Amino acid sequence: MTFDVSDRVDAVPPSGIRRFFELAEEQDDIISLGVGEPDFSAPWAARDAAIASLEQGKTSYTANRGRRELREQIADHVDRRYDLQYDPDEEILVTAGASEGIDLAYRALVDPGDTVAVQQPCYVSYVPGVIFAGGDVLPVRTHVEDEFKLTYEGLQESGAADAEVLVLCYPNNPTGATMTGDELEEVAEFAREHDLVVFSDEIYADLTYEHDHTSIATLPGMRERTVVFNGFSKAYAMTGLRLGYVLAPPEATTAMNRIHQYTMLSAPTTAQYAAIEALESCDDAVAEMKTQYDRRRQFVLSRFSEMGIDCFPAGGAFYAFPECPWDDADAFAEQLIEEQSVAVVPGSAFGEGGEGHLRVSYATGLDELKEAMARIEQFVK
Amino acid sequence: MSSRDDVLELLRENARYTVEDIARQIDADANEVEGIIADLEAEGVVKGYRAVVDWDETEEERVRAAVELNVTLDRETSYNDVAERIAKFPKVESLHLVSGDYDFMMEVEGDSMREVSHFISEKVAPVPEITQTVTHYMMDSYKESGIFFGDGDDDDRLSVSP
Repeated sequence: MTFDVSDRVDAVPPSGIRRFFELAEEQDDIISLGVGEPDFSAPWAARDAAIASLEQGKTSYTANRGRRELREQIADHVDRRYDLQYDPDEEILVTAGASEGIDLAYRALVDPGDTVAVQQPCYVSYVPGVIFAGGDVLPVRTHVEDEFKLTYEGLQESGAADAEVLVLCYPNNPTGATMTGDELEEVAEFAREHDLVVFSDEIYADLTYEHDHTSIATLPGMRERTVVFNGFSKAYAMTGLRLGYVLAPPEATTAMNRIHQYTMLSAPTTAQYAAIEALESCDDAVAEMKTQYDRRRQFVLSRFSEMGIDCFPAGGAFYAFPECPWDDADAFAEQLIEEQSVAVVPGSAFGEGGEGHLRVSYATGLDELKEAMARIEQFVK
Repeated sequence: MSSRDDVLELLRENARYTVEDIARQIDADANEVEGIIADLEAEGVVKGYRAVVDWDETEEERVRAAVELNVTLDRETSYNDVAERIAKFPKVESLHLVSGDYDFMMEVEGDSMREVSHFISEKVAPVPEITQTVTHYMMDSYKESGIFFGDGDDDDRLSVSP
């Protein structure tokens, strides 16, 4: 017999990033600026707490929503940092990475036939997640002229007024774009006017370099219609520990928890102990990593400007999103791997509006970054 | 943070960064960075630059010792006087006045254990103010000036990821 793969899965093409991964793996002396995760390890105190929890035999499930101590700390943290107030018992759900949270939100809050407006270019999982949940995707393009920010007009023109849900991510992967509170207010206004639910992926919230992060949920009338996703992967360099969290009003987290309790039961226990310690004692480590990212960011932007490559001043995450010197960014990225052994990801892998751009990750040590930029300079000459 | 603090921090991270690379990282002008470094040196904030060497990776034999020194002072002699007298010996790598059970913490480097022992017994111990020396030979080094010795971690991240 053969397996008859479901239509849902058939409808989703494999990730466009895969091809570049395979090309990069073939090269020996590759310097990769194609990595979507920190080059740092999790702060030692967090790793040490994970080890200690294992030594003490803390290897069972936790409460479905996550350990209460962790939820309380998350509540304190997001209040202190982002002025977000959520109840640890009813409005916080600890998930296996922010990715699980996003999937839960789609499945719990999107019905077949619902329209989900997705900001583009964007992280690769947003569109497939909608399809897996049976929703219809409406792309909302952002443009380099607007520094890849969402605008009221952009939402209007894309037809997002008829959507049920709007998905956005700032600071953004792949563009590195950020939005200030004032800029987000336009989006909030649109969401209120057209009664949209907003899914706001804020996984890079701690990594902003030009202004403090504002969560759209803090804007007037937005808390009741917003689901916020965050986690420990980026700021705390804990990607492999798979730990995120969702902040939303009780009816939303309760619905999401209904799926989570059957499918995941609880987020990884060891990671939860690491996260408690991370929130308790790792502010300095996060600040130090942020300083390093910011220096690399300035370095990369300076180098692109010296090479005459246009790049808007991305102010968040750890990505620069320069315009590709060639019309065909896919061909450029392919040849750059083959001739100079430098991997970057073409913007087209991140959906509409990414074409003609390259995602350049600066989550790489300065020495390698220097060498990679020198090779790119050589290549474009 | 001022540009001056940034420059100092970057030099502490890697004193071999070029002026241009420092400027790129802090969005400053190379001439400005050059000027800041010149000021830091002229004002005595930056005393010098050296390589951090793991002697185990060389053919050369190096012996290092941490030495505790106790002193007695009198009205005419201060800690500074004793310190200056000891610090002038080239074998003394570092010298600090410390709190606790002894007065000075001294690091000495030489080509052999005999040479180091000889130096301490012949040059340091006879200094009249020094009443006691306790010598700890260093057996292995794991980290120095913030730099880990050993092989370092491999980057085991996927080469391309979303």
